[in-house]
Amino acid sequence: MVLGGLEKLGRLVLYSLEEAGKIMMLFLSAVAWAVRPPWRFHLIIKQMEFVGVKSIFVVVLTGTFTGMVMTLQLFHGFRLFSAESLVGSTVALAMTRELGPVLSSLMVTARAGSAMAAELGTMRVTEQIDALYVMATNPVKYLIVPRVIASIIMMPILTVVADFVGVVGSYFVGVSILGINAGTFMKNINKLVVLDDIFNGLIKAAVFGLILSLIGCYKGFNTRGGAEGVGRATTEAVVLASITILVSDYFLTALMF
Amino acid sequence: MIKLIGLNKSFGKQKVLDNLNLEIESNKTTVIIGRSGGGKSVLLKHIIGLIKPDSGSVLVDGEDIARMNDRELNDIRRKFGMLFQEAALFDSMDVGENVAFPLKEHSKMTKEEIRKTVAERLAAVGLAGVESKMSSELSGGMRKRVGLARAIALLPEIVLFDEPTSGLDPVMAEAINQLIKETQRNFNLTCVVISHDIESIFKIGDRIAMLYEGKIIEAGTPAEIRATTNPVLRQFLTGSIEGPIKII
Ligand SMILES: Nc1ncnc2c1ncn2[C@@H]1O[C@H](COP(=O)(O)OP(=O)(O)OP(=O)(O)O)[C@@H](O)[C@H]1O
Ligand SMILES: [Mg+2]
Repeated sequence: MVLGGLEKLGRLVLYSLEEAGKIMMLFLSAVAWAVRPPWRFHLIIKQMEFVGVKSIFVVVLTGTFTGMVMTLQLFHGFRLFSAESLVGSTVALAMTRELGPVLSSLMVTARAGSAMAAELGTMRVTEQIDALYVMATNPVKYLIVPRVIASIIMMPILTVVADFVGVVGSYFVGVSILGINAGTFMKNINKLVVLDDIFNGLIKAAVFGLILSLIGCYKGFNTRGGAEGVGRATTEAVVLASITILVSDYFLTALMF
Repeated sequence: MIKLIGLNKSFGKQKVLDNLNLEIESNKTTVIIGRSGGGKSVLLKHIIGLIKPDSGSVLVDGEDIARMNDRELNDIRRKFGMLFQEAALFDSMDVGENVAFPLKEHSKMTKEEIRKTVAERLAAVGLAGVESKMSSELSGGMRKRVGLARAIALLPEIVLFDEPTSGLDPVMAEAINQLIKETQRNFNLTCVVISHDIESIFKIGDRIAMLYEGKIIEAGTPAEIRATTNPVLRQFLTGSIEGPIKII
């Protein structure tokens, strides 16, 4: 029993390490192909539209309601020691440092990372990826590089949007509904949130963009076994990318703040 | 000249290619025949480096494809065109974009020249004017012909066809055979064609090779193949149930 469990655990560790190694290899290969001309800017633009523009709606929704509900929760706590005026700045700090980048990345993982895995997976099982190889067009360069670059560019932009609407949502609930003084609400945000908070949040977002696109592409690119395989690749991509984002968030935070 | 030397390939326990040797002459059409599931598609993918052999060499103009890295492979593949058995069209693109793909990637043609070439290639496979149909909306035979137009779009030196006429009606099949033959002659291409269709192999093949149990058991001109005494090959050509080829 114990031995069987240990063996399973050992296998899981080995498997995880192997996957991590392969994802790193794919990353290096993507970097190598990214710097080699020709550069296909139209493909990057297309992916920026898909990853970024089309995610704005869910990100706005997520950001706004997160800001609103946090304000609601904090207000009741902070009121106990008359610190209501700090609600806005606390929400703003949480949004810029953590919730903006993390929540928007998780939403984009569910929306775009899964789509990347499904699309590349389908292309793999229908030999379209082989067809790219045959036509002397490296699929890492043609399919993966634009998706990764687009995600690294768009995630920080989406995060700025999330940060902004989060604070707007907080202002709406805090000032308009709960009656916090508008002047002190804003003054404390200005005083406590420094540019570094926003900037570090954006770096996180760029890293998360890299993670979700790389894992989505990796899972799709290595799909085996027909429609079922595509489904499996999509699920695995979302789960693995989400976990990796949350874990790396901890380490990035430890490094930055 | 393409030389396959001592190719071995297994998938798990299943041995698909077993010390296979074959020489494919330049500027000619070589037809490869063999049983369904016998490894013909796998063999074709070795020639273009999509599958690497467990051991052995694939020499294309003296260079060993089996030992090349990604970048070298990418460069040598410009010499190649390939029609996949299931066509492998890009389903996010329409027919015109599919055929234009190799032209956009690797030629210096202007937009107008590309448009004209695409129209010509599509007309040659009997699909004039379907440029704007999405490739996911095509019938099986149409997909195959679009794949064929895409494979020869750039008139590469070497073209590999995986069952170009399977799934086509007899008239269209004959037209495609003619097209392959003419294109090969006019542009002096090296063609490798996989086919099950006994009639067409004698029409288009300058040389015919039979793959059986992982080996090329016989290769020669159509006349030589017709006159063969090899019992396996005889049974295959006559399509008889009696003989050394086991059905199950
Ligand atoms: N990627 C792969 N993984 C595992 N097995 C494979 C793979 N590709 C092919 N095979 C196996 O190799 C054998 C030969 O397959 P191949 O597609 O080359 O047959 P074929 O001669 O082209 O048949 P057909 O005429 O029906 O197209 C089959 O048994 C197939 O299951
Ligand atoms: Mg086949």
